[in-house]
Amino acid sequence: MSLTASDAAPQTAPAGKARGYWANVGRRLIRDKIAVACGIILLLIVLAAVFAPWLHLADPYQGSMIRRLKPIGTANYPLGSDELGRDMLARLIYGGRLSLFIGVLPVIFAFMIGTSLGLVAGYVGGKVNTAIMRTIDVFYAFPSVLLAIAISGALGAGITNSIVSLTVVFVPQITRVAESVTTSVRNMDFVEAARASGAGAFTIMRVHMLGNVLGPIFVYATGLISVSMILAAGLSFLGLGTKPPEPEWGLMLNTLRTAIYVNPWVAALPGVMIFAVSICFNLLSDSMRSAMDIRN
Amino acid sequence: MSKAVSAIAEVEKFEPIEDIGGAAQPLLHVNGLTKHFPVRGTGLFGGAKTVRAVDDVSFSIAKGETLGIVGESGCGKSTTARLLMHLMPTTAGEIIFDARQVGRELSLRELRRGMQMVFQDSYASLNPRLTIEESIAFGPKVHGMSDASARALARELLGKVGLRPENFAHRYPHEVSGGQRQRVNIARALALSPRLVILDESVSALDKSVEAQVLNLLADLKREFGLTYLFISHDLNVVRYISDRVLVMYLGEVVELGPVDDVWDQPAHPYTRALLAAMPSSDPDRRTEVPPITGDPPNPIDPPAGCRFHPRCPFAEALCSQAKPKLSPIGDSGHQAACFMAIPGSGHSRAP
Repeated sequence: MSLTASDAAPQTAPAGKARGYWANVGRRLIRDKIAVACGIILLLIVLAAVFAPWLHLADPYQGSMIRRLKPIGTANYPLGSDELGRDMLARLIYGGRLSLFIGVLPVIFAFMIGTSLGLVAGYVGGKVNTAIMRTIDVFYAFPSVLLAIAISGALGAGITNSIVSLTVVFVPQITRVAESVTTSVRNMDFVEAARASGAGAFTIMRVHMLGNVLGPIFVYATGLISVSMILAAGLSFLGLGTKPPEPEWGLMLNTLRTAIYVNPWVAALPGVMIFAVSICFNLLSDSMRSAMDIRN
Repeated sequence: MSKAVSAIAEVEKFEPIEDIGGAAQPLLHVNGLTKHFPVRGTGLFGGAKTVRAVDDVSFSIAKGETLGIVGESGCGKSTTARLLMHLMPTTAGEIIFDARQVGRELSLRELRRGMQMVFQDSYASLNPRLTIEESIAFGPKVHGMSDASARALARELLGKVGLRPENFAHRYPHEVSGGQRQRVNIARALALSPRLVILDESVSALDKSVEAQVLNLLADLKREFGLTYLFISHDLNVVRYISDRVLVMYLGEVVELGPVDDVWDQPAHPYTRALLAAMPSSDPDRRTEVPPITGDPPNPIDPPAGCRFHPRCPFAEALCSQAKPKLSPIGDSGHQAACFMAIPGSGHSRAP
């Protein structure tokens, strides 16, 4: 073995012990200031929404006819009041519960369904691929807003139905991404090598495909959360999602729009929340994309 | 190293699959191997056509020898390798591994224990998400070895290919150099204790000094594990260095086959002569000044009739475009060529 000694010497030894892939991704993400800022904002909003009942807020359903549309900074109404005199701060925080719920849940469902479909289509290929992808294309042909409205309209208003309709909207998009990533990974030599070692399709998918495929799909899905929130808000705005008096950002934006000339700052608040949350998810998914690029 | 050697004795490993035919039985016998890819014709009414990537290729590899396959890009070398590994279905032909026909007496699973492959691209052939140790241990685990034993085996093999396990086992493929990665790929191929290793352009992407080290490593491993190699390369010097016999392919067919010295000293097929003449020489007096071969290889979708080399052959005669020369013996050393000039009484003016 002496003739190979020079190559065996630790010429490229890294300074420390080699870390796991996800530890590396996490480390790079923490160094990214934008990612950290977005993460903190999202965490605060989520925590506030989750722990809303313990925050000693005003009752988000309790209106007052004489205290309608108070401006921001009024005593007892730090963020003003809405068109029925309900406390905006309480309604925004409670509204986050529902808005985040219908923003995130459809994406999670679509992620699970779309990834499975895309993996199978990409790995098996051939006729199975054609069958799955052409069916997906049919859904893809509709503009997503139109499709969401059509399905919600057909199923009837309600939170469950808007979640179902949004899931249907996102499945084709995630399947597309999953299929293209899977196809490119499937043709790599290491998958051939795994087949050459006698591994079955399921083992290859689990050990060699999933790890390489999940990252890009996950990043894409994170970016979809903002779209989902805006679509959900749009459905509520049209009266197809949440029903009053439930606090939900999209619905609040709708009911407050008549007050836009009376008290524009208060009327804009639900929109600001939707904007803040969706842009944070978008920036976070961008940061994750670059943090997961392994050769950086 | 002595410490590592003492640890090796306890590592669990696979026994190579049974030697059935003894020394006289070739380890691998390939008979009429053919692969046609269907391609869609051009235009609306162009009918379906086929690419004849590998056409009626037959050869055998004796136990313990190294057979080199040479030929220009696109001649079907890599397709042959993938067909042998059963990574793609064959159109026709039979593959007999040590007296057992693959698919009949020998299952695919057993074949994969007996035959492994090292790919050209050392980076693409390792999963970027797995550590080197995990990549090597994957095969043994698929064949039922426990995780702990498979990892121990992986570490032992890393030592065998000249990489210190304590430095390399937990690294990721992008953290090591190209030569080291190819050593990892060799270790991965050896993890199932194969008897035949197909090396598909395995050293072609390495720089010359590393290439030489890996070639020497391959020679050492062959001796230590009693391996048989099928060595595919376009680098004639490397093939001559490592091979016992050589097989020359042109457009999916075998044009010449024989002991490497015989083929080098007396190439019988004009294509082989052209290949050898195209080798760069460091001797100024032996510099090639006239291109030994001109033009691109013809399209394998529509290969020329008769001898496939005749449109580029300086000695082509009417006969060559009409009939296909069979692989015929030259002398008794096992040297064979598919050229009318090598077949006595073939009708070619230069035939003996």
